[in-house]
Amino acid sequence: MPAPLSLQDRAPSPGLSSVSATTSPRLTQQQRWGLLFLAPYALLFLTFVVYPVTYGLWLARDPSSYEVLFEDPIFIRTVVNTLIFVVLAVNLKFLMALYLSGFFFNSRRWIRWLSVLFLLPWAIPSIPTIYSARFMLNPEWGLINSVIFRLTGADGPGWLTDPTLALSMSMLVHIWKSLPFWTLILIAGRMAIPQEQYEAASVDGATRWQRFLYVTWPGIGTLYLTSTILSMIWTIGDFNSVYLLTGGGPADLTHVLATLGIRYIRLDQVEQAMATVVVAMPLVLPLVWFMMRRLSRGDKG
Amino acid sequence: MNLRRASAEAKLILIAIPILIWTLLPIYHILLFAISRKDSAFAGNLWPDQPTLRNFGAVVRQEHFFLYHFWQQILNSIWIAFATGALTLFIATFAAFAISRLRVRGGRLAMNVALFTYFIPAAFLAIPMYKAMSVYGLLNTSWALIMSMVVIASPYAIWVLKQASDKLPIELDEAARIDGASPPQLFRMVYLPLIAPSMVAIGTYALLLAWNEYLYAFLMLSKETNVTLAVALGHFLSADDSPWELLMATGLLYALPPAAIYYAFRRFMVTGLTAGAVKS
Repeated sequence: MPAPLSLQDRAPSPGLSSVSATTSPRLTQQQRWGLLFLAPYALLFLTFVVYPVTYGLWLARDPSSYEVLFEDPIFIRTVVNTLIFVVLAVNLKFLMALYLSGFFFNSRRWIRWLSVLFLLPWAIPSIPTIYSARFMLNPEWGLINSVIFRLTGADGPGWLTDPTLALSMSMLVHIWKSLPFWTLILIAGRMAIPQEQYEAASVDGATRWQRFLYVTWPGIGTLYLTSTILSMIWTIGDFNSVYLLTGGGPADLTHVLATLGIRYIRLDQVEQAMATVVVAMPLVLPLVWFMMRRLSRGDKG
Repeated sequence: MNLRRASAEAKLILIAIPILIWTLLPIYHILLFAISRKDSAFAGNLWPDQPTLRNFGAVVRQEHFFLYHFWQQILNSIWIAFATGALTLFIATFAAFAISRLRVRGGRLAMNVALFTYFIPAAFLAIPMYKAMSVYGLLNTSWALIMSMVVIASPYAIWVLKQASDKLPIELDEAARIDGASPPQLFRMVYLPLIAPSMVAIGTYALLLAWNEYLYAFLMLSKETNVTLAVALGHFLSADDSPWELLMATGLLYALPPAAIYYAFRRFMVTGLTAGAVKS
């Protein structure tokens, strides 16, 4: 696989450098044009990433904004929610994706059709579907509780009014939305495993579990791990699943770091908002570092 | 033997049913609301008792307080999506050409920097970006959202286009150079025709990203006449007595174009990412 950090960034090959030695004015012309072609992105990056981030960090330079942040009664709860969200939702999602990738890795025609339907949550924008879930889970008028009432005669739970349930529902919405994508990735991983390995395992009389353990897992283990890390990064930044479903409520008890920062911005407390971003970085940056390392290693393979 | 096959099939169907319900329930619920009268929708019915297209009529005729600017908001969404797609393509194609074909010094750094931005969750970048847009005086103009979306879309765009560029045979460039082609001529006559298929896919990616965006849109825009449809959908919930049946009808109209495009491009959407981010 040609990884993003690849060939031409390395030292030029001997053949190439001998050419460049004879045509060096030409090469500088090429370099000048290269810089010109790169300039729009460089400009974009300086104007809309470097300046904002620098300015933001400068705004968050004062230790007192962190004191205010840490003393906010919902802060600790928010950090705990974020950790629960990332660890629980992502791992649950990946176990489901691993299982479903096995289910959909099947040549039956009706399973092919089912897999096309299965992609719908991924293809549809979040807002209508999350709002739909929000009304379904409404304790008084929602579909879920009215079905529970019809079946049992008892009132269903307050799905979005109980903080623990509400956070769980946010996780469920998150899983619903991104499960198809990761299942597809793992199906692609399974497709790369040579069929002969399964045949050989069958000849040796391997059980289903042994086939998974000795053929499937060695084949997709790395992919599974890398995907999990990438999904964790994106999940830390999942604003929609929490904000559109619970709005951080009830009583601001279901916030995650991604929604807390935005909450401060809406309250015009920019310093606290930036402090929230800075506080999230120890969580985000190691994972990003892992991904960057993995990509540059893939380059050499 | 036949019995064994039948039981295997039955087992698969037993797994398939919960998958189908799990996947379709929230989507079915949108549809159910969109074709129900308000009282019927709020009664928690599983089926529409008197299916009606009235809600869609109310949406396209803008017959509700939340819908007064429906067509304007659709136009805003379209404009912002296409501007994002076009600008992202312009910036990313140039950058990929410079990094991959011209081997510009600092290209590796630019790629790393872009990738780093790609991995940092957009929700955290939103806060400094919002502040900067206010300094630039762009808040409440469509350019604030367009530029934010270009920033979010271009790292992945550059990366995919660069990978596609790396696969093009270098001999083509060399042959053109021997004929005396300058880098701009190389770009126009050799590079663009070859990279065009990838550009279609990447342009679509950026366009959908902007169309679907909620967080940046609601931060950057607030006037009823300049918000996108996504933000307008959010406004529905500002009232206690929200017209959910109209919200769902509008939501359905909003969701159909991107869903159709996703399905048309789904092969690319997956392989593009597997080839890059995940496989190693």
